[in-house]
Amino acid sequence: MKKLLAGTALALIAMTGAASAQSAEGMTTCLITKTDTNPFFVKMKEGAEAAAEELGMTLNSFAGTVDGDNETQVAAIETCIADGAKGILIAASDTSAIVDSVQKARDAGILVIALDTPLTPADAADATFATDNFAAGLLIGQWAAGTLGDDAANAKIAMLDLAVSQPTVDVLRDQGFLQGFGIELGDANVIGDEEDPRIVGNDVTSGNEEGGRTAMENLLAVDPEINVVYTINEPAAAGAYEALRAVGRENDVLIVSVDGGCPGVQNVAEGVIGATSQQYPLEMARLGVQAIAAFAADGTLPQPTEGKDFFDTGVKLITDAPVDGVESITSAEGTDLCWG
Amino acid sequence: MTSQSDDFESVVKVKREEAIAEFHDDHKGFVKKLQHALHVTPSLVPLIVLVLSIGVFGALLGEKFFSASSMTLVLQQVQLVGIVAAAQSLIILTAGIDLSVGAIMVMSSVVMGQFTFRYGIPVEVSVACGLIVGTALGAVNGWLVAKMKLPPFIVTLGTWQIILAANFLYSANETIRSQDIRDNAPLLQVFGTTFKIGADEAGQGGATLTVGVIFMLVLVAVLAYVLRQTAFGRHIYAVGDDPEAAKLSGVNVDRVLIAVYALTGLICAFAGWALIGRIGSVSPTSGQEANIQSITAVVIGGISLFGGRGSIMGALFGAMIVGVFTLGLRLAGADAQWTYLFIGALIIAAVAVDQWIRKVSA
Repeated sequence: MKKLLAGTALALIAMTGAASAQSAEGMTTCLITKTDTNPFFVKMKEGAEAAAEELGMTLNSFAGTVDGDNETQVAAIETCIADGAKGILIAASDTSAIVDSVQKARDAGILVIALDTPLTPADAADATFATDNFAAGLLIGQWAAGTLGDDAANAKIAMLDLAVSQPTVDVLRDQGFLQGFGIELGDANVIGDEEDPRIVGNDVTSGNEEGGRTAMENLLAVDPEINVVYTINEPAAAGAYEALRAVGRENDVLIVSVDGGCPGVQNVAEGVIGATSQQYPLEMARLGVQAIAAFAADGTLPQPTEGKDFFDTGVKLITDAPVDGVESITSAEGTDLCWG
Repeated sequence: MTSQSDDFESVVKVKREEAIAEFHDDHKGFVKKLQHALHVTPSLVPLIVLVLSIGVFGALLGEKFFSASSMTLVLQQVQLVGIVAAAQSLIILTAGIDLSVGAIMVMSSVVMGQFTFRYGIPVEVSVACGLIVGTALGAVNGWLVAKMKLPPFIVTLGTWQIILAANFLYSANETIRSQDIRDNAPLLQVFGTTFKIGADEAGQGGATLTVGVIFMLVLVAVLAYVLRQTAFGRHIYAVGDDPEAAKLSGVNVDRVLIAVYALTGLICAFAGWALIGRIGSVSPTSGQEANIQSITAVVIGGISLFGGRGSIMGALFGAMIVGVFTLGLRLAGADAQWTYLFIGALIIAAVAVDQWIRKVSA
């Protein structure tokens, strides 16, 4: 039975392969995201749909039920293989566990592109289209140091991270910020091993308002004089702001963040967040679909950005108080580009 | 009256000494006495653990931890879990479990926010709608458990997913920002209103209480009274202990169950309102771990998962123990993983103690 199924799948792939003369017209592409509910992935889906329509391709979208739901993504890949898709764009929930399924898809001649989140190892996918999260952190770190000027030497920094498991994105943003601020890193793959006394402490937020507020309160209890707050994303930043407001410190603390969602950009405009690094999910998906179309047409493989092991879809610093030497755009410009 | 033959009393006195049947005092020795005391007062264990953990962290960290501001901070941080755990206690006392509490909480807060901002409904009406939605969702759980005779775990496993999905679909995962709420509908944030006692001139230090904290304390006090002193409260224990016996004693088991689940839904809706006060914004992604956190608090609080035994004060102490460990370990500079490790150990210890106490019930 298994053999028969595999045979059928192979035959299907052969048929679709033969049908693809030159263009990507009528080809199927799969988009598999972490959840259907996060505005980031909603925007990603919009970008993929628009690009697929432009190229005359069919887009099948799948999503896990919650972040971290690997099983649904595995089933989605199997469906895509059976469907004879030409390419799969995947934002993996579990970057290690998905690798075997991704390999099956590649063995079936499908181009697999990791969106937003690199797989572990990164070369398990044919290519990765993502934000350079280290660069995103670096920008807000440089901005915070530049804004403080000479006072940066006496800064008291709170680090509001994502989760105790320290996922890649968490580590990259955290370490990028510290490097940008001018703090000597320990192991760049580990959060919290720095010895600089300017860091008051690290705490985890789950990337939401409630976690951001609790983590900020905890670190304020450690040192009430914190004056720089790094946050993993803008909801955590909004929570941290509430905690600071409760003790009347909201106006003398710099909060920096990463994401570029619309509520976050508006918070920059209103001075809640000092600066945020904006990423571009729509761009990731658009470029991903185009890469699959190119591969379907003549087998061209997407190439990584020079000097990096992935295709960098760009990141911009948004602030209304620019600092010399750190390139940035205003919150008004950021609003035009924001998602969610 | 003085004649011997009429002396009925002395006959009675002699009879009394016969000792036909009596309760033997088996509680000899310290351990037996302790076991008995814990059986009579189930919230004693968590209270002792709470006081001990405050003492240990206070000794280790000094004033940083053992201060009015840090102690009240713990209360602020556990207010949501405390409120939801109070609701969870009611369900667990009926030998049920509710996995949908967090989802009901978030859904209610989203209804309050979206009704106000999307449809322009007056905020008072929106809040009422949120409370009604929460109660209705709880009542549906109760109906499925009582009338359809489905196991509570399965029912709420289902409604948890349904409510969360509905929450995301309805809200499109859109966050309503704190600033907008403050400007247009401050009533939504009323639970975040703070009172400071003994703060210095800069407004630092001292005890800080919020409406949410006071609500949690009053709620637990009221529920403790209802559970101990009213017929409804005793019926909850009776249904949890032995539904057949309760039914035979004339308790309308189905009605008690539906009422308990609906009341739980209402309390969770209040928790949703308090959630807005706590985080400032209306965020559909918040509070998803509230079910596990509330069950943790209830278990550490010494309420038996088999129903019918435990005190709601225990759930409050359980929530506070988790809060004390979280803040204490963070102030001690420990990595966040340690918190989870200790809480896990506490859960096992709490259930072990519960089993040990149950042996005395004979």
